Amino acid sequence: MDVLKGKAWCFGDHVDTDQIIPAERLVAENLDHLNEFIFEKVRPGMAQAVQKGDIIVAGRNFGCGSSREHAPRSLLQAGISCVVAESFARIFFRNSLNVGLLLIECSADVSEGDLLEVRPKEGKLINLSNGMEFDFQQYPEFISELVSSGGLLELIREGRF
Amino acid sequence: MDRGKTIAEKILSAKSGVDAYSGQIVKANVDYVMVNDVTGPIAFREFEGLSMEPQKDKIVLIPDHYVPNKDVASAEQAKEMREFARRWQIANYFEVGRSGVCHQLMIDEGFAAPGRLIVGADSHTCTYGGLGAFSTGVGSTEAAAVFATGRLWFKVPESIKVELTGSFRKGVGGKDLAIRMITDIGVDGATYKAIEFSGEGLASISVSDRLTVANMAIEAGGKAGIFPCDELTEEYIKDRVRGKYERYYADEDAEYCQMLHYDLGEIEPMVAFPHLPENGRPVREADVAIDQAWLGSCTNGRIEDLRIAAEVIKGRKVHPNVRFIVVPASMTVYRQALDEGLISLFIEAGAFVSGPTCGACLGGHMGILAAGERCVASTNRNFIGRMGHKDSEVYLAGPAVVAASAVAGRIITPDNLEEI
Repeated sequence: MDVLKGKAWCFGDHVDTDQIIPAERLVAENLDHLNEFIFEKVRPGMAQAVQKGDIIVAGRNFGCGSSREHAPRSLLQAGISCVVAESFARIFFRNSLNVGLLLIECSADVSEGDLLEVRPKEGKLINLSNGMEFDFQQYPEFISELVSSGGLLELIREGRF
Repeated sequence: MDRGKTIAEKILSAKSGVDAYSGQIVKANVDYVMVNDVTGPIAFREFEGLSMEPQKDKIVLIPDHYVPNKDVASAEQAKEMREFARRWQIANYFEVGRSGVCHQLMIDEGFAAPGRLIVGADSHTCTYGGLGAFSTGVGSTEAAAVFATGRLWFKVPESIKVELTGSFRKGVGGKDLAIRMITDIGVDGATYKAIEFSGEGLASISVSDRLTVANMAIEAGGKAGIFPCDELTEEYIKDRVRGKYERYYADEDAEYCQMLHYDLGEIEPMVAFPHLPENGRPVREADVAIDQAWLGSCTNGRIEDLRIAAEVIKGRKVHPNVRFIVVPASMTVYRQALDEGLISLFIEAGAFVSGPTCGACLGGHMGILAAGERCVASTNRNFIGRMGHKDSEVYLAGPAVVAASAVAGRIITPDNLEEI
């Protein structure tokens, strides 16, 4: 995976999927433009301001709550290149693997708007705004293969699951 | 490996054919995969893209979130599910009027049973652990994968053992235990883990209460919340269950990552303050005026919950400043409540009673909150804006407290209602 570069949007602990995309937006007619609604209740205007490549940085338990796959999909559609958090909720984690949203488990010193560089192959996150570097663990083997194949359905298509 | 197994390890071993322990990744045969009207459409699209035949008998389709259709967009989406069911001739599609909140219906219709491995594209799929199943929430793409193959991968979870002793005092139930436990371990206290319940206290916990507790396992981040099957379970499912099922019990030398103990007699009526289920406090410490009381959902919308609420509200009136909304979790529950006279009793008291839907629990319809409004709800989440406006507030409690609060106009236990 290539080096990613983007501006940080900072959040706290326990960002739930209702915050990422509210339930009232979960209708099929919105599936191709879920990005318009991200964080609309808690960070109005973010959906319009987010730039391709931007990175979300959060605390513990990012993506807790509902199983809605709309959550990682909406972030991807908005151009978010990865989410960096101290930990992730389980269903959000699995959903992200299948839709191709990169998640990085890492506790990093980042402020809103900092420019970040992520080197997935090296397991390194660099805060270009304050010069600090952080290491993160790569996905375990099974998950890395799942992600590099393009998700579970690709494995099924290839007869590998 | 020469050590005993937890219930989660046993079920995942049996379903994968591998002698599996926590930490291992297994591919397991899933008994049922359920999707609802919100998560279904993505699953259908992803499945159709595979050009494969579906595992028809394993698929259960239940529209519940935005039905009866709340608007045109919801109608289109519910129609998509109906058409998918027709196209692939999936028998287990449950139409409005013969249906209910998906998890209650999975129980009513006998899909949920001890020892089964069930996944659902809804986070509260963990509910069936109340019957001794290993059941967990997945995303739509994973549901589509199960539609196609009947299998899914699982990382066998570590388990937290919760030892229960004693029995609940009157007016205390599963919801209070769940809020107490989530408050103790936090909303990520069980992330990636199963919570296994054990101990002599189990015998005094009704199956309905067990389902409530298992349902809330996800609110601690849990992958599953599992109660071992016993005589109460067998009695509860005997007229509903489809097919055969296996019972699995933990070995005495099973390994757990954490041990918790609760004396049920010491659990107090609890209420979780906004905006996280871990913000539990004893109800006696609450001083909160409410605009709405909401009874229903997969957490506390069963007949047992309605009976508890009815007993509290019998002969009393809903407070003039409060809307009390009662939503039985399925048509079966609705019918039972009607036969037992509970519906009339709620209406007499001044409540609004509707047919089953997830409705306002997730901010869908039928009881949405305006800015600044407060609701005490028998539901499972009190996140920011969960039931409506971002500046509204949801307080989670059990059915007795919800009903008492509807009368008092503020959050209160039934005991304190006597003094009003």
